[in-house]
Amino acid sequence: MAAVTPLLLLLLLSSAPSFSSGSRNAYNINGRVKIPQGLGLGTKGYALPGRMSNVKVLLNGGQNITFLRPDGYFSFHNIPAGTHLIEVSAIGYFFSPVRVDVSARNPGKVQAALTENRKGLSELVLEPLREEQYYEIREPFSIMSLLKSPMGLMVGFMLAVAFLMPKLVENMDPEEMRRAQEEMRSQGVPSLSSLLPGGAMN
Amino acid sequence: MAIRSFFLFILFFSSSLSPVFSLYEDQVGLMDWHQQYIGKVKQAVFSSQRAGRKRVVVSTEENVIASLDLRHGEIFWRHLLGADDVIDGIDIGLGKYVITLSSGGSILRSWNLPDGQMVWESSLQGPKHSKSFLLVPTNLKFDKDNVLVVFSNGRLHAISCIDGEVLWKKDFEAESFEVQQVIQPPGSDLIYVVGFAASYQFEMYQINAKNGELLKHESASFSSGFSGEVSLVSTETVVALDSTGSILLTISFQDGKISSQQTPISNLVEDSLGPAVIIPSSVSGIFAIKTDAVTVFIRVIGEGKLEVVEKTTHEIAVSDALSISEDQQAFALIQHASSEIHLTVKLAHDWDGNLLKESVKMDWQRGLVHKVFINNYIRTDRSYGFRVLIVMEDHSLLLLQQGEIVWSREDGLASIIDVTTSELPVERNGVSVAKVEHNLFEWLKGHMLKLKGTLMLASPEDMAAIQSMRLKSSEKSKMTRDHNGFRKLLIVLTRAGKLFALHTGDGRIVWSHLLRSLHKSEACQSPIGLNLYQWQVPHHHAMDENPSVLVVSRCGPSSDTPGVLSFVDTYTGKELSSLSLDHAVVQVIPLPYTDSTEQRLHLLINADKHAHLYPKTSEALSIFKREFLNIYWYSVEDQNGIIKGHALKCKCTGEVADEFCFDTRDLWSVVFPSESEKIVATVTRKLNEVVHTQAKVVADQDVMYKYISRNLLFVATVAPKGSGEIGSVTPEESWLVAYLIDTVTGRILHRVTHHGSQGPVHAVFSENWVVYHYFNLRAHRYEMSVIEIYDQSRADNKDVWKLVLGKHNLTSPISLFSRPEVITKSQSYFFTHSLKAIAVTSTAKGITSKQLLLGTIGDQVLALDKRFLDPRRTVNPTQAEKEEGIIPLTDSLPIIPQSYVTHALRVEGLRGIITVPAKLESTTLVFAHGVDLFFTQLAPSRTYDSLTEDFSYALLLITIVALVAAIFVTWRLSERKELQEKWR
Repeated sequence: MAAVTPLLLLLLLSSAPSFSSGSRNAYNINGRVKIPQGLGLGTKGYALPGRMSNVKVLLNGGQNITFLRPDGYFSFHNIPAGTHLIEVSAIGYFFSPVRVDVSARNPGKVQAALTENRKGLSELVLEPLREEQYYEIREPFSIMSLLKSPMGLMVGFMLAVAFLMPKLVENMDPEEMRRAQEEMRSQGVPSLSSLLPGGAMN
Repeated sequence: MAIRSFFLFILFFSSSLSPVFSLYEDQVGLMDWHQQYIGKVKQAVFSSQRAGRKRVVVSTEENVIASLDLRHGEIFWRHLLGADDVIDGIDIGLGKYVITLSSGGSILRSWNLPDGQMVWESSLQGPKHSKSFLLVPTNLKFDKDNVLVVFSNGRLHAISCIDGEVLWKKDFEAESFEVQQVIQPPGSDLIYVVGFAASYQFEMYQINAKNGELLKHESASFSSGFSGEVSLVSTETVVALDSTGSILLTISFQDGKISSQQTPISNLVEDSLGPAVIIPSSVSGIFAIKTDAVTVFIRVIGEGKLEVVEKTTHEIAVSDALSISEDQQAFALIQHASSEIHLTVKLAHDWDGNLLKESVKMDWQRGLVHKVFINNYIRTDRSYGFRVLIVMEDHSLLLLQQGEIVWSREDGLASIIDVTTSELPVERNGVSVAKVEHNLFEWLKGHMLKLKGTLMLASPEDMAAIQSMRLKSSEKSKMTRDHNGFRKLLIVLTRAGKLFALHTGDGRIVWSHLLRSLHKSEACQSPIGLNLYQWQVPHHHAMDENPSVLVVSRCGPSSDTPGVLSFVDTYTGKELSSLSLDHAVVQVIPLPYTDSTEQRLHLLINADKHAHLYPKTSEALSIFKREFLNIYWYSVEDQNGIIKGHALKCKCTGEVADEFCFDTRDLWSVVFPSESEKIVATVTRKLNEVVHTQAKVVADQDVMYKYISRNLLFVATVAPKGSGEIGSVTPEESWLVAYLIDTVTGRILHRVTHHGSQGPVHAVFSENWVVYHYFNLRAHRYEMSVIEIYDQSRADNKDVWKLVLGKHNLTSPISLFSRPEVITKSQSYFFTHSLKAIAVTSTAKGITSKQLLLGTIGDQVLALDKRFLDPRRTVNPTQAEKEEGIIPLTDSLPIIPQSYVTHALRVEGLRGIITVPAKLESTTLVFAHGVDLFFTQLAPSRTYDSLTEDFSYALLLITIVALVAAIFVTWRLSERKELQEKWR
């Protein structure tokens, strides 16, 4: 977001009056959609999912639909006074809907605010709140990811049993050890070697 | 202890997996498919660019403007305009801009031809509504700038082609003036606007194209009046019909002087029957008139003399004129003959000489040719070749060239009316044996590649190999039923009256059938398809029968026109039979009963509230008689704001004895006050929904019972003022009321008012809850609410002791007169987007948790876990509630980009989302349709009952091998140790 702010400021200084009145009771709403380029997505190795030509601007849930000019400007014509909602549909970006109040009393006086965070806009310049990443990112190969898989855990567990258990056994008190071994023998618990076919031979 | 903590560790990892739908980019196309369409072509303009790829720009009835590749028919780019922004005309300006006129001539846009970027947009206003015309004169220049001439809303505009600036405008404010043609003779600086005034006066305005100055205005009156359209036969002559449709008027306005000639049609055609209409055409010197039976082509020779050149009774389609040289115009003519179509290309001034005559075999399933567009190219031997683009009755688009169909597009699929599914045939031995993997080496190699992929070690070539291997897997597109129930047929009915069967595996068309019953006939003037129902789903007995679907249609737009039923076999696509009904079809009620051949009983309600039973067999009748008193239904009259409940009364008491016709009676009615409430949405549960359990265990080992009734109806009403668009009403005068109504008793179980809210309302009903989406005017945001309804009558039975001692009320009689003891819980949340459609996932047994599928305004489908819409969410859930899976309350619903079911794709013009359970409990099949089609499989709680597609068998093998090796190593070690012990 830090990279967006200077851009936004620049726009606020340079952009033309964003609202203009039309004839009689109908007004025009003019605005601009600004998609900052080179923000993350482009550098991540795949193309931008949405191009400027596929961006749509929708008024009041699809009552009017318009498209962007090459410079990002859009306009709605013949809009009655009242409170309206503008939404931007662009693949790859999340835009907050914008509440736009078109005043009938003093034409040209219009207010706009993002509905998601109630931030007021002094100019109708719409920027994406965030980018949308539709796919999970495959994590690069790491030992951890291999170990975290069920198979890795299985192998890890087996290794732990094979190498740590004897260590635990070694640290035991010899007395206790002997008692435990006797107990095991009396219960007839077979040793690992006797379990295997070759082990039974000796 | 170590082991216990180890298991905890495992648990931790397995639970940290995110429960949302998510996809890796390389899995795209594995389980989903996406098809792009444009709809029935209205107008086509060929790009005349010499260099680059050949294109054709089309506008369609789905309100799409698209640029297609002329070689293959693929879409280069495409834009779907708004529903109120209907395209009136398209053209290409300066060879690189596509110009569209839309919204009744009030919006003019220019698009860049290569990439579809909008270049400029102009709003054109005018004094009054009128026909609109878009002309792109090739040689009319204005300071080196090409000029567009647009007539719309009673005003003539000249507009710069480069930036959309209005250069000049001229109003035609005369009250009764109705414009009929706007003509710009090539090579002159004049524009003629001709039209009728007061229906008997012919008016001609001559205007200077440079500055819009009115040069001349002439008028002439014709006492007989005019009817229909006029046809332009030269730049200064038009032909019109008089008000009786029997006299042709040839009006010429050469040099600003109006002269006319009247020719009765009967002079030209001896056996002319009935009034004629002029078929609009732009071929100079020739026009066509059509009566009921015949189409007549007439040539204008010199001073208003007419001559019949051809008369035909065949269905015929004519293209517009195409200038092939300075003074030559060609046009294409298509005539039908049994299984072929004959294409002829003729020169405008020479009817008998054909430039081209070809016959093309045409599948009769495509119906008649509706439109023809002609284009020429220069062959290598410098002669002219012609290609024609034809639009068929089933809305498909075909390119014909050199007597062959070069490509075809099934654009009927852009306008789906209804969808149902059908199982595929059971796999029989010897019919199709599953292909065994070629050999072990291949198999291992494949899995090694996959392993490399999962370990992120694969090179790009390897990745490509993996992708192609996955996509090629023939398993998913086989024509037999599979164990998991992923392979099915999607049966779709399109607006053109064509039925398609799509394979869920890869989306290919298995069969298509243009319904004969939906063909225009004398009895049925303008048939329209309405709905699809599953007619016969054989499973237990009647296994040998093929499943079939019922297509309900009616003969006209109004609901009291007679209905037509047709029955279609879903394996072969053959129309088994069709019935022309003598009554209308207002409502179709599939009953939950089937006969011995698994045919489902359907009740059709007609306009006079008689119920007709289908199939008309005695067996069906006997089954129906048994359940006679248990059949209830409701009807919604949203115009009057009344919901009524009905039941059956007795046999029809009409003059004709019909065993299958029944009288009905009204049981109850709910009348909404028309001054304060207007019905905007009614939703019930899906008929085939399966609920796993009625009990819901909540925190503290407590149980709540869901109130599960098939007869619950959700109704949303809004204030009449607030039924318009957003912004047309203030929060104070708008409200939304949601009701839950029992459709058997008519009792309102729950009612809630949302003040300051308005529609549109999108709602979905499942199990014991309903979720609805509406607009909150106070916050000026969209909101979603959930209502859950629980049964309280059994709340006291939770005590085991009471059950044991018999003090429960399970056996107490249930009466319709007593108020059901229910409680409802509800909660509302903000939601960012507008919705176009809403659906809920459905699984085979209803065990898997549910996800809501939200079709957003951006034509994407978002999966949202039902847990986010749980009225028991609180800001600070207790520990017990957290364990139960209750998410802390937030004011708005989260939008997680990874849970977009459609990932980076758009289902342009989204209209509906259909979910179908697979046999595998965890999985549901999702089909979203609009102008585009999208299909995918969803596992709302992940695939807990099967291995995922990316499960690595090689890793499993390696692990097993490693384990065995380790066992041997440790065995050796322990053996050696034992030996050492013994030696000691």
